[in-house]
Amino acid sequence: MSTVPHILVDKLSCPLVDRASPFDPYRVRQDFPVLQQFVRGRPLVYLDNAATTQKPRAVIGAIEAYYTSENANIHRGVHHLSQVATDSYEGARGKVRQFLNAAMDREIIFTRGTTESINLVAHSYGRKNIGEGDEIIITEMEHHSNIVPWQMLCEEKGATLRYVPIDDQGDLLIDELEKLITPRTRLVAVVHISNALGTVNPIKEIVKTAHAHGVPVLVDGAQAVPHMKVDVRDLDCDFYTFSGHKMFGPTGIGVLYGKSDLLEAMPPYEGGGSMIRTVSMQKSTYADPPNRFEAGTPHISGGIGLGVAIDYLNRIGLDSAAAYEAELMDYADGVLREIPGLRMIGNAKNKVSVLSFVMDAAHPHDVGTILDQAGIAVRAGHHCAQPIMQHFKIPATTRAATAFYNTREDIDALAKALHHVNEVFS
Amino acid sequence: MSDLRELYQQVILDHNKSPRNFKALEDANHSSEGFNPLCGDHINIYMKMDGDRIADLSFQGSGCAISKASASLMTDALKGKTREEAESLFERFHDLVTADMDSTPDTSSVGKLAVFAGVREFPARIKCATLAWHTLNAALKGKDEPVTTE
Repeated sequence: MSTVPHILVDKLSCPLVDRASPFDPYRVRQDFPVLQQFVRGRPLVYLDNAATTQKPRAVIGAIEAYYTSENANIHRGVHHLSQVATDSYEGARGKVRQFLNAAMDREIIFTRGTTESINLVAHSYGRKNIGEGDEIIITEMEHHSNIVPWQMLCEEKGATLRYVPIDDQGDLLIDELEKLITPRTRLVAVVHISNALGTVNPIKEIVKTAHAHGVPVLVDGAQAVPHMKVDVRDLDCDFYTFSGHKMFGPTGIGVLYGKSDLLEAMPPYEGGGSMIRTVSMQKSTYADPPNRFEAGTPHISGGIGLGVAIDYLNRIGLDSAAAYEAELMDYADGVLREIPGLRMIGNAKNKVSVLSFVMDAAHPHDVGTILDQAGIAVRAGHHCAQPIMQHFKIPATTRAATAFYNTREDIDALAKALHHVNEVFS
Repeated sequence: MSDLRELYQQVILDHNKSPRNFKALEDANHSSEGFNPLCGDHINIYMKMDGDRIADLSFQGSGCAISKASASLMTDALKGKTREEAESLFERFHDLVTADMDSTPDTSSVGKLAVFAGVREFPARIKCATLAWHTLNAALKGKDEPVTTE
């Protein structure tokens, strides 16, 4: 692996940069060491951002700095280092609270990622509040992580899972939600942005509809937080979940936001250290949130790294990054539609980041291999969203997913390689 | 792009476009189903055994060019072979597609299947090439459970 020389810096004067946009992807790229390399003799074109995003130097540096000079266990040491580590970790919780505009730090639970956040709600809130004959509503466009935990809960409790369907554009048939809600509906769980289609769902409207029937709403925000500002109080959702690694932070750390009154009433998820108030040989009492849901030594460096990723997003400005990404999406959509035999899967009215498609000439895996030979990283498969594949009657798609550090040159390289796919399979 | 031609040889592209024995067998007395749960590839193998010999063999399913061509060439190669011959060819095929990158693979004993030698340079695609064979193996052994590559 070698370093790309400063040709990318020269792109600062490239005419393709929209001068009206205050956001400069070429400068931002310099913050990401991974992007400065060649893969298979070509500059890396990283378009697998819906799977995981790259990390800016600030995040990598923060993790190294933590292990270099702050490492200690938190919440329990009387010594200096423990206090420093505790302050850093709890400081990160405060940053997450601000990032989501939550009301209180104790509404922010650190988890391993979106998957664990959803499982936590299913195990704790779900087991307590959902019983035989009750109903949970999700949608046809969920990631498996927002399907399987509810299926497991329904199986255990004798409850029923209902799905809001999607149309052939990849939009939710939102009017169906109201019809699916019954007096037995106990929870609505919905994805904010689909990882397989890029559809942005109208969360505020969904929450309003559900709340009108007294039903709480959980939102899977894994694909949303790297692309848009999220305000949980404005959305008025009851739970919001996301992963650090999909928003330029470390793997192994994620967040569950929950309204404090709901969290207060929820039983623990895992038992162990840190989540207790008192322990005797007969019985234990439990700590208040967030500690009640954070048994054991947490991913301290991950939490700190996530906090620094939030600092980074605040610095570059998520609003201007989102505006740039919308321009890039328009450009990419136009370029890709000109490729013979390419069919876009997911044409929602409000769509972000994801370009999911099939080609007449080749299966997504073959497309993925040919793109890889050109140094282009995409994902080929069902994207852990098999019900979507079943809806469109396809086994898989090729998915290119942009982040704010992608450029028109990345899209042009993708288009060129897709033309090559057509040549190989002609 | 020379590696790509190594992987997508003309024979593979041809079998992908017009797979041989791509149908269900009405009089099959063995069958099995295979999945690659990571990518959604799916195959059904139909086999008619006459004593110890594979009298007829076919497949259906969906998958990439490598998995489809592998299934197509496999059905061609194994018709008329005994169980033992089939198992032995599977072993040689498996060695071919998983061989060390530094070694020169022995393609002399696998006939037409030699076109898959390029797969070993694409580790992510080895399971595509072997799915049909693992599924066939299950049919030979009379296993009821669907086969998965994971």
